[in-house]
Amino acid sequence: MKTDELTNVASQVRRDIVRMVHGVASGHPGGSLGCTDLLVSLYFQTMRLKKDDQDSVVFDMSGTDEDMFFLSNGHISPVLYSVLARRGYFPVSELSTFRKLDSRLQGHPATAEHLPGIRMASGSLGQGLSVAAGAAHGKKIRKDKHIVYCLMGDGEQQEGQIWEAAAFIPHRKLDNLIAIIDFNGQQIDGPTDVVLNNRDLGAKYEAFGWIVLHMDGNNTEEVVATLATAKQKSGHGVPVCIIMKTEMGQGVDFMMHTHKWHGTAPNNEQLSAALAQLDETLGDY
Amino acid sequence: MKTYTFTEKKDTRSGFGAGMAELGRSNPDVVALCADLVASLKLDAFIKENPERFVQCGIAEANMIGVAAGLTLSGLIPYATTFANFGSSRVYDQIRQVVAYSNKNVKICVSHAGLTLGEDGATHQILEDIGMMKSLPGMTVINPCDFNQTKAATIAIADYEGPVYLRFGRPVVPNFTPADQVFEIGKAILLNEGADVSIIATGHLVWQALEAGKMLAEQGVDAEIINIHTIKPLDKEAILKSVRKTGCVVTAEEHQMNGGLGDSVAQLLSLNHPAPLEMVAVNDSFGESGTPEQLMEKYGLTAASIVAKVLSVIQRKK
Repeated sequence: MKTDELTNVASQVRRDIVRMVHGVASGHPGGSLGCTDLLVSLYFQTMRLKKDDQDSVVFDMSGTDEDMFFLSNGHISPVLYSVLARRGYFPVSELSTFRKLDSRLQGHPATAEHLPGIRMASGSLGQGLSVAAGAAHGKKIRKDKHIVYCLMGDGEQQEGQIWEAAAFIPHRKLDNLIAIIDFNGQQIDGPTDVVLNNRDLGAKYEAFGWIVLHMDGNNTEEVVATLATAKQKSGHGVPVCIIMKTEMGQGVDFMMHTHKWHGTAPNNEQLSAALAQLDETLGDY
Repeated sequence: MKTYTFTEKKDTRSGFGAGMAELGRSNPDVVALCADLVASLKLDAFIKENPERFVQCGIAEANMIGVAAGLTLSGLIPYATTFANFGSSRVYDQIRQVVAYSNKNVKICVSHAGLTLGEDGATHQILEDIGMMKSLPGMTVINPCDFNQTKAATIAIADYEGPVYLRFGRPVVPNFTPADQVFEIGKAILLNEGADVSIIATGHLVWQALEAGKMLAEQGVDAEIINIHTIKPLDKEAILKSVRKTGCVVTAEEHQMNGGLGDSVAQLLSLNHPAPLEMVAVNDSFGESGTPEQLMEKYGLTAASIVAKVLSVIQRKK
């Protein structure tokens, strides 16, 4: 897909995010908007996904013979749900059920609801990288050459379990795993540097034995190119970690440069103001 | 009273190791994980024969649970192993999110459960794990009584699709169940038919219950003895059938009174067939250092304690 097509999808996904969160007056728009370009690039360009003979994506829990994605910071579920729906895993109209009773779109991703695209529950932070390591290890045992991607938050790096996994993955030579850290510098209580400074995350991962790449996560061309580089570097005995600089709230001016929209829903006026900045490209649900 | 004999005393964890060795040969999907306690978990034979299906995780139990959950996606059957304390309370949130709530086919197999780790003391013992695990929706909780039954359970859970918590111990105990006894998850085993009281025991306390049965018979008390190797799902029919006949119950377990087998039986009876109940269990206390025998004595987890509770509960029958 060309870059302008990816950005068109991203614009629609951002409209979905603010509308979903507004529709139920709860959810996490800030990080979702910041990670939109990455998830669109992954699902519409980078990942090799299982398809039927009509070229439509199909989902099975095993993820055998295809790339797999794990969202560790499950609170940015709106962006994942929108991208999965727009990619064809389930009806786009279902996005209107987000966080509502009896919905498959739980506040945080859940397998219990059998939503295609979700292989592991996440929400309690720090666990996704371990799960991705297990999935990557399983692919090694099964001699499946596909890649496992895992997105984490930067605030999430404060969880100790992350560092158990960060040591385990290079030690086991899981070079079919690409970890991505959303470095937006914000968490619920304020800037990450103030709450609990992660210091130099790239240096830490390198010290654990990872190849570390950096990219601007809100520049689609750079995201696609960096993911391609990461794939090239995979398969040579060393896992790759991408530190992805993003802006929380990207695409909606009043949600940017602050942690205040981490977990806050827009009211009616704020929704109108946000939608005015985001082109409807694929049709609203 | 039916007579039970044993030819040797063996540790239940060696039953686990023997089961793993057999699974290594019979089931190519089984993968073992461990957190730096290979010798304690008796995994040597499995690892020697199947090095490519062993994942050493180091002293990092939270990561081990996540890795196990991820491994299930390829259709593999991970057995995540460590001491019971570090495989339950230390990683409860991990088990909750990526094993139970995500309904993954992970087998959490833990040794040194209960009090009888002995000299290491309370930090390395656990008396709360059954309660924690049985409160997780969808979790199966198994606590076998001897070497043979632990081996059989280890093999049987590979064929069951879903999360399992299998706990066993360190000390040697009489190995009395038949080596060829089929292990059926959730199916209680009636060890002795009796009319006066139902003794419902699990794990290391099953042998103590049989010893108590002999002592009671000498006093003219005819005890029904049931081995509950699966605490969840509980074999409700077997327990209710027994209690409807005997009219009173003593439960026995190497666990806290709160949250253990006794709690499960109490709930079952309250809802279906109220009857006098007494519990042999640890009463709201941590363990301490000592030999397993000393600890069982001090905390009242003995045949003599079961006898005393039986004599007391029979008095409460109407």
